[in-house]
Amino acid sequence: MSLHEILFYFLSLMALVCALGVILSRNPVKSVLFLIATFFAISGHYVLMNAQFLAVVNIIVYAGAIMVLFLFVIMLMNLNADAEPQKSRLVQFAAVLSGGALFLVMIAALKTAGIHAEESKIDSSGEIGLIHNLGQVLFKEYVLPFEVSSVLFLSAMIGAMVIGKKEEARTEA
Amino acid sequence: MLLLSIDWIFIIEKVVLILVIILSSFGVAAYATWGERKVAAIMQDRIGPARAGIFGLLQPLADGGKLFFKEEIVPDRSTRTLFILGPALFMVTALMTSAVIPWGPDFTMTIGGTERSVSLQVADINIGILYIFGVVSLGVYGIMLGGWSSNNKFSLLSAIRAASQSISYELAMGLSLIAVLMVTQTLSLREIVGQQHGFWSDGYFTWNFFKQPLAFLIFLVCSFAELNRAPFDMPECESELNMGYHQEYSSMKLGLYLFAEYINMFISSAVLSTVFFGGYNFPWMDQVQAAVPGGLFSIICVTVLMIKVVGFILFFMFIRWTLPRFRYDQLLNLGWKGLIPLALINLVITGGVILFFFNK
Repeated sequence: MSLHEILFYFLSLMALVCALGVILSRNPVKSVLFLIATFFAISGHYVLMNAQFLAVVNIIVYAGAIMVLFLFVIMLMNLNADAEPQKSRLVQFAAVLSGGALFLVMIAALKTAGIHAEESKIDSSGEIGLIHNLGQVLFKEYVLPFEVSSVLFLSAMIGAMVIGKKEEARTEA
Repeated sequence: MLLLSIDWIFIIEKVVLILVIILSSFGVAAYATWGERKVAAIMQDRIGPARAGIFGLLQPLADGGKLFFKEEIVPDRSTRTLFILGPALFMVTALMTSAVIPWGPDFTMTIGGTERSVSLQVADINIGILYIFGVVSLGVYGIMLGGWSSNNKFSLLSAIRAASQSISYELAMGLSLIAVLMVTQTLSLREIVGQQHGFWSDGYFTWNFFKQPLAFLIFLVCSFAELNRAPFDMPECESELNMGYHQEYSSMKLGLYLFAEYINMFISSAVLSTVFFGGYNFPWMDQVQAAVPGGLFSIICVTVLMIKVVGFILFFMFIRWTLPRFRYDQLLNLGWKGLIPLALINLVITGGVILFFFNK
């Protein structure tokens, strides 16, 4: 096993354990913290693939901004372990059924995945993930999808502001 | 073992460098607490700490010793693990940023018979600025966790203030940095410092401050907010929130919070000097380099950087003891309605100037 593989297995284990921690911990704040640790493990994978820009952006955007907002909301609502809603029997039954169905689909999908793994092996010494190449690809080949997605974000922002404004007007009236 | 065919001297070199940087961060932060009290005393026409040692120079040691021997209380209704994790996380994120700052130029040194080029930077990653930005954005977790897990309404309010303040000012900070990056064309701090070599070349200043004064101003204001320093010290404003997020903390956990703030101040002064004020570069450095041996030149460069850093730390202190605290809505208004549009305008102007005058 090379050092690269050891790191890969370590990061994968960390990602899986932390992901399990997200759904298994009773305290929502701890779930958020496990999710942040998962993001770090995924960023570690990006670094292994020499995509340092993606790794850091993943941390800035998800761990640094989105998860802070999550934590913010959880703190404001003051959710605790004892405040967790108890699911009814019917919901638990449906969850087991749909989870089992997803498991079967995943098995069917993964059965054939092994064959293509050799072809699409990612070159760890490649420079595809460096910021220069990423910028070239993003602003030359994919400039239209990039701009369209920015319009999507803008409309989401305006939507949030409209909803916020409406609430304010109602309380004043 | 074939598996671990690692350059051990390289590892030792980096470990020594990391230890030196972390220990000197602690040293600078400790004496920044002393400096802060002295500056406050001078500005308010008092004497300040004078009992421990000459000019009270042993005061930081006395403070640290006192904090270590205080009784440690973990509140009964707190979330215990997170309560302990909070200050630790705050300290770790404060120390992490120093990894990408170039403290001085490389120098050659003979170790074990071979000549090696020793770099005074722990990690030269090609996205150094983004790394700093990532760590800064994580810094708020220590405050949020500490504030929430203490199970105290003042702490919680303070944690929420800290989070919204930090998110708001990160935006303006990032936008002001993008204008700088458009000028430097690189994200590596090593290259950014290299471009600011000397002081004057090709008929203009080389330091980024003279190329992007507006970006510097925005970045400076944002670093006050990110550091939770007066006039933006909402998260611990004692007249409204008692002590803020570290209300329930005692002993060295409180010490970690207070101390990490000074380390943050040290590191952000280093970032400000590196990005805008030429890092370790100084006027006539080429002549000095020709005159003295390589090792001494590196020491001079590190000293120059330290002088700039201490200058910024003093500036942070003068502001704290000069300006009154903002109100919270004023703070958010300044961030969203003042600094972000200003940073965007700066971005557009920078882009236009580069397009029309420097388009090769």
